[in-house]
Amino acid sequence: MTPLLQVRGIEKRYGGRIGCIDVSFDLWPGEVMGIVGESGSGKSTLLSCLAGHQPSDKGEVIFHGRDVLKLSEAERRRLGRTDWAFVHQNPRDGLRMNVSAGGNVGERLMAVGERHYGNIRDTAEDWLQRVEINADRIDDRPRQFSGGMQQRLQIARNLVTGPKLVFMDEPTGGLDVSVQARLLDLLRGLVRRMGLSAIIVTHDLAVVRLLADRLMVMKGGHVVEQGLTDQVLDDPQHAYTQLLVSSVLQV
Amino acid sequence: MDDYNFAYLDEDTKRMIRRALLKAVAIPGYQVPFSSREMPMPYGWGTGGVQVTAACLKPDDTLKVIDQGADDTTNAVSIRKFFQRTAEVAVTERTQDATIIQTRHRIPEAPLQPGQIMVFQVPIPEPLRFLEPRETETRRMHALEDYGLMQVKLYEDIARHGEIATAYAYPVKVEDRYVMDPSPIPKFDNPKMNDSPALMLFGAGREQRIYALPPHTKVESLDFEDFPFVAGKADHPCAICGSTESYLDEIITDDAGSRMFVCSDTSYCQERSVQ
Amino acid sequence: MYVAVKGGERAIDNAHAWLAEERRGDPAIPDLTVPQIREQMTLAVNRVMAEGSLHDPDLAALAIKQARGDLIEAIFLIRAYRTTLPRFGASAPVDTGAMTVSRRISATFKDAPGGQILGPTFDYTHRLLDFALMAEGEVPAAPQAEANAQDTPHILSFLDQDGLIERALPDDTPPRDLTREPLELPADRALRLQSLTRGDEGFVLGLAYSTQRGYGRNHAFVGELRIGTVEVELNIPELGFSVEIGEIELTECETVNQFTGSKTEPPQFTRGYGLTFGQCERKAISMALVDRALRWQELGEDFVGAPAQDEEFVLSHCDNIQATGFLEHIKLPHYVDFQAELELIRRLRTAAMEG
Repeated sequence: MTPLLQVRGIEKRYGGRIGCIDVSFDLWPGEVMGIVGESGSGKSTLLSCLAGHQPSDKGEVIFHGRDVLKLSEAERRRLGRTDWAFVHQNPRDGLRMNVSAGGNVGERLMAVGERHYGNIRDTAEDWLQRVEINADRIDDRPRQFSGGMQQRLQIARNLVTGPKLVFMDEPTGGLDVSVQARLLDLLRGLVRRMGLSAIIVTHDLAVVRLLADRLMVMKGGHVVEQGLTDQVLDDPQHAYTQLLVSSVLQV
Repeated sequence: MDDYNFAYLDEDTKRMIRRALLKAVAIPGYQVPFSSREMPMPYGWGTGGVQVTAACLKPDDTLKVIDQGADDTTNAVSIRKFFQRTAEVAVTERTQDATIIQTRHRIPEAPLQPGQIMVFQVPIPEPLRFLEPRETETRRMHALEDYGLMQVKLYEDIARHGEIATAYAYPVKVEDRYVMDPSPIPKFDNPKMNDSPALMLFGAGREQRIYALPPHTKVESLDFEDFPFVAGKADHPCAICGSTESYLDEIITDDAGSRMFVCSDTSYCQERSVQ
Repeated sequence: MYVAVKGGERAIDNAHAWLAEERRGDPAIPDLTVPQIREQMTLAVNRVMAEGSLHDPDLAALAIKQARGDLIEAIFLIRAYRTTLPRFGASAPVDTGAMTVSRRISATFKDAPGGQILGPTFDYTHRLLDFALMAEGEVPAAPQAEANAQDTPHILSFLDQDGLIERALPDDTPPRDLTREPLELPADRALRLQSLTRGDEGFVLGLAYSTQRGYGRNHAFVGELRIGTVEVELNIPELGFSVEIGEIELTECETVNQFTGSKTEPPQFTRGYGLTFGQCERKAISMALVDRALRWQELGEDFVGAPAQDEEFVLSHCDNIQATGFLEHIKLPHYVDFQAELELIRRLRTAAMEG
């Protein structure tokens, strides 16, 4: 088996300030990688570099044998609507707020060439149900949805074309605790059922405990520790990780 | 009008426009930026079309100008007069006799011939404009063939109205590549663009864009397999010539709101009435 | 009924005849002459020259007369005339430091070499209608003084000497020409300034005002506002030197704005710039504020979503000839489009009522 994604020596600086530096890892098919750290640790910078949302200064990201950082904008966008998906922390950044739920889910299908309205609608209904949104809300706009529903809609919109790799940036941030739990449960089910690989950035150790197979801990732009999730959380080696783990309630 | 060059524009400007036209013909449906000049008529009143016509006109051309399908609407008269004064070319109302036809909002009913040039006046050349107001972004979308958003709009129409609720300026895809605004012609006219033997040129003066459909270009109206494009018109015959094939204007004939339907293409209607 | 849309040609001719009559007004009142407009409606003439992008007071006055005092229409006449003029060459950049100033004020320094000159301004007039102007009468002569023979240095140059304001580095790259090339975005500062100086005074004023009220605030002081004449020199490639071809009146405004700086770079004031033909100081100041707002990226500021920061929004909408043309074109017949909409809405209504 070959890794789905090979990340080698990613570096990003903002003038004299370090965004992230010398990040390397492999992501295997079906594996969920969590990246944790406090704000300013470089985890979000790393995620946006990996997803190609901002250019990296150094390094490569090999997917299907190609360095995606060297792709043209057109190829990158194509990847972004087929094999890759990106779930934003704020659903407003990942949804079209003035387009109906059905249109939001259908957009990726249409972008890859689906031209049968009936099929698009059926698929959209199916996906709304999968993310526990009533199918009769299909013509409502996201504005009329609660925060949790918006986030579930964003997930449906991203997963509808069956991507292989999903990037998630604080997917439960900004949600109530009870809503978070439901969303995590849903995500875990989807990830397992679809055999998705995912990279999840979060400051919430509960999220990675539930979702991630493997964990990477970042501080000041550097990876200070990585390993299996349980191992890192239960037996942290690096002083910073120990601090991080001890500073939150055990889950 | 000896004070002005033939067809008003100076030769340098014409050359600049012709270069843009050539590029436009080479990349059907692609919007070529051009340095539109201030014309002696207002932006939005056909300055793009006038500049394209001026750049194409030769002394032996025969010009037809229509607005809303009619040769006698005020703006058509004004533009025709402008070229009569500045280029002294022959003018005609017969579609078949014209070598260049400048139009606003219609394609004539009479089939176009090889060698003819249709010049369309275009207010907003960008078919994605009302989905995305930023030019920098829409140009990128065209470059990357990123047209999902356009299809989403059509999807939303059907979801809300049961059909695609665009009646004019109905977007088309050109040679399977560029999505293009056909100018605000009724969608009834869209099929006339596909595989047309005539050269079709589109000029947007204020927005500084030129685009083109060379003869026999594939032009498809966007739709869904299960909601195919339908070129619609009022379901009446023309009250004057009896045509059931032509696009109709609706005219209110009395205070009680009685209506009659007559051809919007006045030249076509007249010719049929005479026969 | 159908023939109602015929007769377009006659209708146009008649409308033009009527328009000419209306323009002339009551023939018992003497006809307004172009020199009268040029000399007595100077600020209107200046605006038409500035936004028409053509320095010719006589033609601007003619345009105002022909346009019945509608300045946007007059600007349009000038633009349409200008666009067909052959170009013989380009002038050397004018030296506003060598300006013969008739007005020069600074809101940042009480006094500076060259002094403050209030000049012919409305600023401190009481806005009371002067009914004496209804009667014809001579104006008493204004007091005279010796002109200052020296060049009047820019006030911002004193800040520059101390490094207190960002350096305006000389740049010999020929600017793109908005009247000869399509506007392509992103635009550089030279192109933005070109667009703003041609832009509609009311639009630019509104945007500038919005920055003062917090939509992209940039804390502007009028570092210097100067109005006066400068020499225009034309480069003659055949001769290898430039020749003075005349003088034009300009208004120049330099603003001193909020400072930038970081841990490594000491804070400095920043600049906004406005320049127009003639005396158009409201426009020049507005232009400087909008120029400064548009520079957010270059100065490492945040885009706060203010209209005045949005280059594409500002440059696409500041030209009043484009704007008025497109706005007014909705008066043209849209029978065909409307008919198509009518068909559609009837069909949708029928479907909705049946469904």
